[in-house]
Amino acid sequence: MKSLGFVVGIAATCALLSSTSAYAVTEISWWHAMTGANNEVVEELSKEFNESQAEYKVVPVFKGTYPETLNAGIAAFRAKQPPAIMQVFDAGTGTMMAAEGAIKPVAEILPLGGHAFDKSQYLPGIVAYYSKPDGTMLSFPYNSSSPILYYNKDIFQKAGLDVDNPPKTWSEVWDAAKTIKTSGAAPCGFTSTWLTWIHTENFAAWNNLSYGTNENGIAGTDVELKINTPIFVKHFQELADLAKDGTFKYGGRTSEAKQIFLAGECGMFTESSGGLGDIVKSGMNYGTGQLPYEAGAAGAPQNTIPGGASLWVFAGLSDEQYKGVAAFFNFLSQTPIQARLHQVSGYLPVTVAAYEETKKSGFYEKNPGREIPIKQMMGKAPTENSKGVRLVNLPQVRDIENEELEKMLAGQQTAQQALDNTVQRGNEAIRNALNN
Amino acid sequence: MSPRVVFPNTFLPYLLVAPQLAITLVFFYWPASQALYQSMLREDPFGLSSRFVWFANFRKVLSDPNYLNSIEVTMVFSTATAAVALSTALLLAVMADKVVRSRAIYRTLMIWPYAVAPAIAGMLWLFLFNPSIGSLAYGMRWLGINWDPLLDGRQAMVLVVAAAAWKQISYNFLFFVAGLQAIPKSLIEAAAIDGAGETKRFWTIVFPLLAPTTFFLLVINTVYAFFDTFGIIHAVTGGGPGKATETLVYKVYNDGFVNLILGDSAAQSVILMVIVIALTAIQFRYVERKVHYG
Repeated sequence: MKSLGFVVGIAATCALLSSTSAYAVTEISWWHAMTGANNEVVEELSKEFNESQAEYKVVPVFKGTYPETLNAGIAAFRAKQPPAIMQVFDAGTGTMMAAEGAIKPVAEILPLGGHAFDKSQYLPGIVAYYSKPDGTMLSFPYNSSSPILYYNKDIFQKAGLDVDNPPKTWSEVWDAAKTIKTSGAAPCGFTSTWLTWIHTENFAAWNNLSYGTNENGIAGTDVELKINTPIFVKHFQELADLAKDGTFKYGGRTSEAKQIFLAGECGMFTESSGGLGDIVKSGMNYGTGQLPYEAGAAGAPQNTIPGGASLWVFAGLSDEQYKGVAAFFNFLSQTPIQARLHQVSGYLPVTVAAYEETKKSGFYEKNPGREIPIKQMMGKAPTENSKGVRLVNLPQVRDIENEELEKMLAGQQTAQQALDNTVQRGNEAIRNALNN
Repeated sequence: MSPRVVFPNTFLPYLLVAPQLAITLVFFYWPASQALYQSMLREDPFGLSSRFVWFANFRKVLSDPNYLNSIEVTMVFSTATAAVALSTALLLAVMADKVVRSRAIYRTLMIWPYAVAPAIAGMLWLFLFNPSIGSLAYGMRWLGINWDPLLDGRQAMVLVVAAAAWKQISYNFLFFVAGLQAIPKSLIEAAAIDGAGETKRFWTIVFPLLAPTTFFLLVINTVYAFFDTFGIIHAVTGGGPGKATETLVYKVYNDGFVNLILGDSAAQSVILMVIVIALTAIQFRYVERKVHYG
């Protein structure tokens, strides 16, 4: 009996194997961290790609938050079962770059799809951030974003503020926030997602201030943080003071504050331009403005740095899979797709052609404010302070920043103490990570 | 004492315990030895290069003020969770023991929360007490309490303790009900005839006779608070604000899987393993002796 079962099993396996090879479709798994409206875009793009050809099948898999996706990918690599494509957030870029044996540069993969790879097609600021110092592009920019100011027009109206002219500098934001609070138009004036990315990393670039030595880590991995200088201290002390009576409301370490804004609790908030999809979906009467800058900083506003995420390809896949990845990336780079991705999600167009096409279509005239994040990033040639922030352990440094800032907002320490502690603990963590 | 079972040959007993041995080997000894090895390595996240450093990771972990903070947080958290879970469960069990009609329904309702997965329990509490959208948070604000567990470390601790205890109450309830049923009715009746009131009867007869159950549950609850509450903390506070709710288990996760410092994380889990072995040893040495079976 036993041997009969065994034979039947073998036969069935053979039948299965031969049937799959007859319709050989190479599966390409794509691990991502997109939720809500942006998840729908991921599903839709994969479906369209799969229907456009018969050789490859992209299988998108949601893996949780950005850090969770990165960890899942690393664990899978260690277990020798990595996905083909993994979406890695801006802060994970340094971690991925340091792992040269684990990844295959996108610059090497794209030509496998039969298309010549032309770096100049892509927006220069974004390409520079995802390239090695020698210029090799390592990952494929998928969703690039830039923080902007959103405001609730109904609340602005009630508070008697100018609905068409959102505040431009931080001190104007604080004033507007106080007006919203005192007029009773909303229980809170201002909130923000990602204090780390928006109020330290982008605050530095936008005001042309140094975040860390070695061009914030772009020029070399050995970095010392510089975020306890008087101008940072002033900014965070103002935030801490506003938090005391609830004029500023803290939402959490990542995008939790979006819920506070959508609930109509706060009149303004700073958030990624990629968060637009959910705000449009909510039906709120909203407006957008460029990221506020510090009036006292020389040369501000400079330019913002790319946030969001890029797609990394693991090393050690089969040639078939690499060809499939190349075909998929070429599919994603097509102008109509990029233009649509940009217009639907609020993420930046990755290629110059998609930007030009969106411009030509009159989209920006119909949707004023949607060009803000692109102009913010491309308005000026980046300085050594504004090319980006790249640390081998940026997620850990952000955690340290969050912990110290939470203690500050709870009134346990001043901004000066919080930032001094951040710099001291952050520098130690960077040294330890480099020493691994 | 029941007579010992004697096997006629020596092969059969080994065969019968083989599955259990295999499971222990694969799911305990193998990962535990891996952790021990990993705790002496310093490695990059992808495992592309690694260095053997003996006990350097342990020295680093034990001299880290954040680790000492996390020990303190764990002590506060476990003590509070065990105390709340035990006292509430005991109160409910004594109450349920008095109910005559539809006893089964009460008991089923009490046991229900135990079936809820930790992460889901965490989400439930998170939503109820979310400062912006939570219905209970709304009520607390109405009462004049400045409820903000996102920034107030003490409130965050109260929230995770409540969520963790809520989940454990059912388990404790079950054991207390069984314990109460094992107490001979004649003792209580005799005391009642002698004129002892209800409170007096509880503290002089019921509570001492429940002691073995209570002590057993104390150990179980402590172990639960130490290890099984990760899901709740992860969902409710993520260890924050600051490091106010970062327990030892949460720190193992955070250093290993968020900060990707695998050596430190492994060293911490080895220390935790030593703690759990010690706790189990205490349980077997002192508790087993005091529990009277039948």
